[in-house]
Amino acid sequence: MDETKKIDLKNTEVRELNRMLQKRDGNNFNYFNIINPMGAHAIATGLDNEIDVLIDGHVGYYCAGMNQQSIVTINGNAGVGVAENMMSGKVVVKGDASQSAGATGHGGLLVINGNASARCGISMKGIDIVVGGSVGHNSAFMAQAGNLVICGDAEDGLGDSIYETVIYIKGNYGKLGADCIEKEMNEKHFLRLEKLLDKANIKDDPKKFKRLGSARKLYNFDVKNIDGY
Amino acid sequence: MCGIVGIFLKNKELHSQLGSLFSPMLTEMGDRGPDSSGFAIYRDKIEDEFKVTLHSSSKNLNWKEVEKLINSKLKLSIKISKISSHAIFKTKLEPEEIRKFINSNFKDINITSVGKSLEIYKEVGMPLDVLEQFNVINMIGSHMIGHTRMATESAVTTEGAHPFNTGSDLCLVHNGSLSNHNDLRKWLFKEKGIVFQTENDSEVAAGYISFKMEEGLSLKEALENALDDLDGFYTFAVGTKNGFAILRDRIACKPAVIAETDDWVGMASEFRALSRLPNISNANVWEPSPGKVYSWGA
Repeated sequence: MDETKKIDLKNTEVRELNRMLQKRDGNNFNYFNIINPMGAHAIATGLDNEIDVLIDGHVGYYCAGMNQQSIVTINGNAGVGVAENMMSGKVVVKGDASQSAGATGHGGLLVINGNASARCGISMKGIDIVVGGSVGHNSAFMAQAGNLVICGDAEDGLGDSIYETVIYIKGNYGKLGADCIEKEMNEKHFLRLEKLLDKANIKDDPKKFKRLGSARKLYNFDVKNIDGY
Repeated sequence: MCGIVGIFLKNKELHSQLGSLFSPMLTEMGDRGPDSSGFAIYRDKIEDEFKVTLHSSSKNLNWKEVEKLINSKLKLSIKISKISSHAIFKTKLEPEEIRKFINSNFKDINITSVGKSLEIYKEVGMPLDVLEQFNVINMIGSHMIGHTRMATESAVTTEGAHPFNTGSDLCLVHNGSLSNHNDLRKWLFKEKGIVFQTENDSEVAAGYISFKMEEGLSLKEALENALDDLDGFYTFAVGTKNGFAILRDRIACKPAVIAETDDWVGMASEFRALSRLPNISNANVWEPSPGKVYSWGA
């Protein structure tokens, strides 16, 4: 159905809203518009449908968590853990995102047009995250797979104990985390980054970005550390 | 977990609405801290005296007797007014004199605040009950700070509830836990003679900040010093007679959101506590950076 279902969280419980968005009430709407989110937690979590959800206002913790297939757009700021553990689909935050945005995500795309605070993409496992602004400390901590694109700067500890996630960053970064190093950008990387920026609808020049990734020095035991055991 | 909130009114015309703006903020943070709730209000500033707010857990305490005893022992003529489980009086005595006298003469009385405009009220229980108990919705003043507690470092009692006041007019609420509070408490007592009323870690943080300010530092500078001397997790909201400040530790595990308009500054553990403030949709809303002091007023 092309009609948009409007839901006012001033007079609807989040549990009822999520039931609707998860289609457990049998509705056949494809477009939803949520107003007055008032910073409530767990809005639009556990979705597994090809629906489009537009939230007007600031949301609380874990918005669009565990998302599959759905496109969730937040016209405001997001609290802790937005799009955590996303499997597929797309989540867009028009404002800023709090800590642990996109944490542990396996797939899909998370776009943050503003800044993200600490631990963005912590333990990401295949999700792509594109941040229009800057990220806080310890972002991409133990990041395993997927891409983290940062158009601004990053605080200390970026990519600490990183596995195979690729980080693209345009601005400055603080002290890099353990085993995270800057790597060469070749044609293949420029193309990949261009695609990611396109998908995120963020205009920027891939040529201005640096690439960071794992030095792979923590993958195997180094005999020089024998005294530590 | 704990929830903290604060509101500082920049526009004097809003002073009459302070309690009604603050109440829903504290209520919203109830599920972050169901053990106890408390608030500090800055109002009715007096020039040549101090306001002393007291609490007693003893249900049979006769405040008239307390009043009589204070007046006869100190040759004063103070008047104690009962406010629910708390009481308040005014005196010309210096804050340290008052603390010393009350602490050594009344074992079942706890001083919740001393200051020229500060008053602190706190109780075990959910915010809605505490707000009603003290009729907060009708309160008038310039700024308020509140706390909902999930106890970690000391017992669930009114004494252990926040906010904490030390010195004059300084109050602090804390979300987190400090790991070096015992050493710091001993040091502040031994070196600076600061007496603490509880085993609580946050009271030590308040004592530390008021000690630094008595040494001549501004609120902002005192908090910058705290970054190096306080060990642990914290988001602090601090009030002084004319000022309001926020600090998160460098790791920033404990949440905080600030919202500001031309008329007010609001702060809370989570945005939802700020979501009912007037003109919030046009406010500048941001998350305070780790290890950075934000301050308003003096």
